Amino acid sequence: MEGLVVACRQDAPIPLDARFACGPRETLALVGPSGAGKTTLLRAIAGLARVADCTVAIGGETWSDPARGIDLPAHRRAVGFVFQSYALFPHMTALGNVVAALGGLPAREAEARAREWLRRVNLEGLEDRHPRALSGGQQQRVAMARALARRPRVLLLDEPFAAVDKVTRRKLYAELAELRGALEIPCVLVTHDLDEAAMLADRMAILRRGATLQDGPPDEVLRRPASVEVARLVDMRNVFAGRLAGHDAARGTSLVEWAGLRLEARACPRFAAGDRIAWCIPTSEIVLHRADRASRGERENPVEGGVATAMRMGDATVVALAPDAAPGDLLHFSVPTHVAQRNGLVPGARARVSLLADAIHAMPPAGG
Amino acid sequence: MDLAALLLSTKLGGATVALLLPLALAAGRALAVRDFRGKGAVEALLALPLLLPPTVIGFYLLVAFGRGTAAGDAFEALVGTTLAFSFAGLLLASVLVNVPFAVQPIQRAFEAVPAELREAAACCGMGRWTTFLRVELPLAWPGIVSAVALVFAHTLGEFGVVLMVGGAIPGETRTASIAIYDRVQAFDDRGAAIMSATLLALSLAALAVVHGLAARRRGGRRR
Repeated sequence: MEGLVVACRQDAPIPLDARFACGPRETLALVGPSGAGKTTLLRAIAGLARVADCTVAIGGETWSDPARGIDLPAHRRAVGFVFQSYALFPHMTALGNVVAALGGLPAREAEARAREWLRRVNLEGLEDRHPRALSGGQQQRVAMARALARRPRVLLLDEPFAAVDKVTRRKLYAELAELRGALEIPCVLVTHDLDEAAMLADRMAILRRGATLQDGPPDEVLRRPASVEVARLVDMRNVFAGRLAGHDAARGTSLVEWAGLRLEARACPRFAAGDRIAWCIPTSEIVLHRADRASRGERENPVEGGVATAMRMGDATVVALAPDAAPGDLLHFSVPTHVAQRNGLVPGARARVSLLADAIHAMPPAGG
Repeated sequence: MDLAALLLSTKLGGATVALLLPLALAAGRALAVRDFRGKGAVEALLALPLLLPPTVIGFYLLVAFGRGTAAGDAFEALVGTTLAFSFAGLLLASVLVNVPFAVQPIQRAFEAVPAELREAAACCGMGRWTTFLRVELPLAWPGIVSAVALVFAHTLGEFGVVLMVGGAIPGETRTASIAIYDRVQAFDDRGAAIMSATLLALSLAALAVVHGLAARRRGGRRR
């Protein structure tokens, strides 16, 4: 396999017990709260952080393997690293920064390649500027050009969008996606922004206290977390305790019992009837019934309750519904603000929603 | 004007800088980027000449390097003269007295280079020496020039340790500040005034260099 394979273990100073792989052309996002060990893992791949027991191999070449006494110093690992603060050399121009990563090439060739990379990241004409004369977004582009110009075997991105404003960030996302399309190397992105991970990564690994809790395509991790802990980490707001009532083989579904209601759910053969479970549903998969007109979808897991809160967040309004069957288990869902207004979703109002069966996902119970 | 004394001071200043700079670069950088046991004690030891009266340093040097002592015999075997009353002895004393003036500005300058830049250099494929030459040194150079100016100016004005170790042998150990003292003792106020004014001008020039560079570091270079 031409990809990157990492396995790190240590007890202190930061506990780590993570293993993951990242194939060529693949972007893996390491996601988790502060202190989860994301950056330490990235730095261990680059050889910048000492981890007691860390194996790093890429495409048959081993960079680090304590059992075999291998530990290449950082400057001998072909990585492209974009730091959160970019870490541009302040005394060099944009061009000088990129040339600095091309030490092995003759000067003219290095300059030509650096100019080409600056052009690819849309910085043509700014080659002679020093970092302090560049905007945050431009500095990030120089850092990206510097990381990629040396033709690394892996691209490592440490929260590369954290220091730019939202508008610039959106532009940089698009540019990164375009650059990635042309690269055949693995890319590991560290971020605490789930939307960013979902947008840019092919796979995401959820980390907590240095351990990989779940690893998979973003859509799967975000919609079908492996545990309640992952569900909380991916900001799943609708997580409840229930019991598996049974399976409906004919329909290919399972039945979840919750607060006296029987909900049709996505098939979960790993649980047996009677098992205690936790279940979750994304806010986007709860559908509001229109007050003025009934629709076909209303037969799908209907739940009625009173609106507890309705928080307007720009174009969308996030509504917390206290179901009549379980007023303590608030169901959160999001609707366009004009829909919330048209349906009179204000605190105290009555509302009916449907929980889309295919989005109801069963997990082992909390602490189980 | 005792030109020989002024030349000797200049020679002593230059030689002190030349000997001390590589040592101070190594020590200053190590103290800035490394953590090790006893670092505080090492820093305190290197700063000691700031507090000790130069005559005390001179006294201990004379005792340590006296005839018949191991250090004294080694010094004589190496240099060909005794420590006392020789330029070589003067130079050794000057280097010791100036250690904090060289190490401290250089240490501060290397401390001001963010660790991330060293890491970025490594991720650009630069080895330790290339990183030092291409990244650290260019960023730390104002501190290094400050150290050079301070050491040179301080050597020109050094009196106590010079008198203790070197005495006042014309052309060998009589430096400008000793010559000024001699002029005053001989009631040659005009000679003392000319020499003093020359040293004052040199010291001011050194301070201007130091402050100019400090301001440049604070304000950053403007385009």
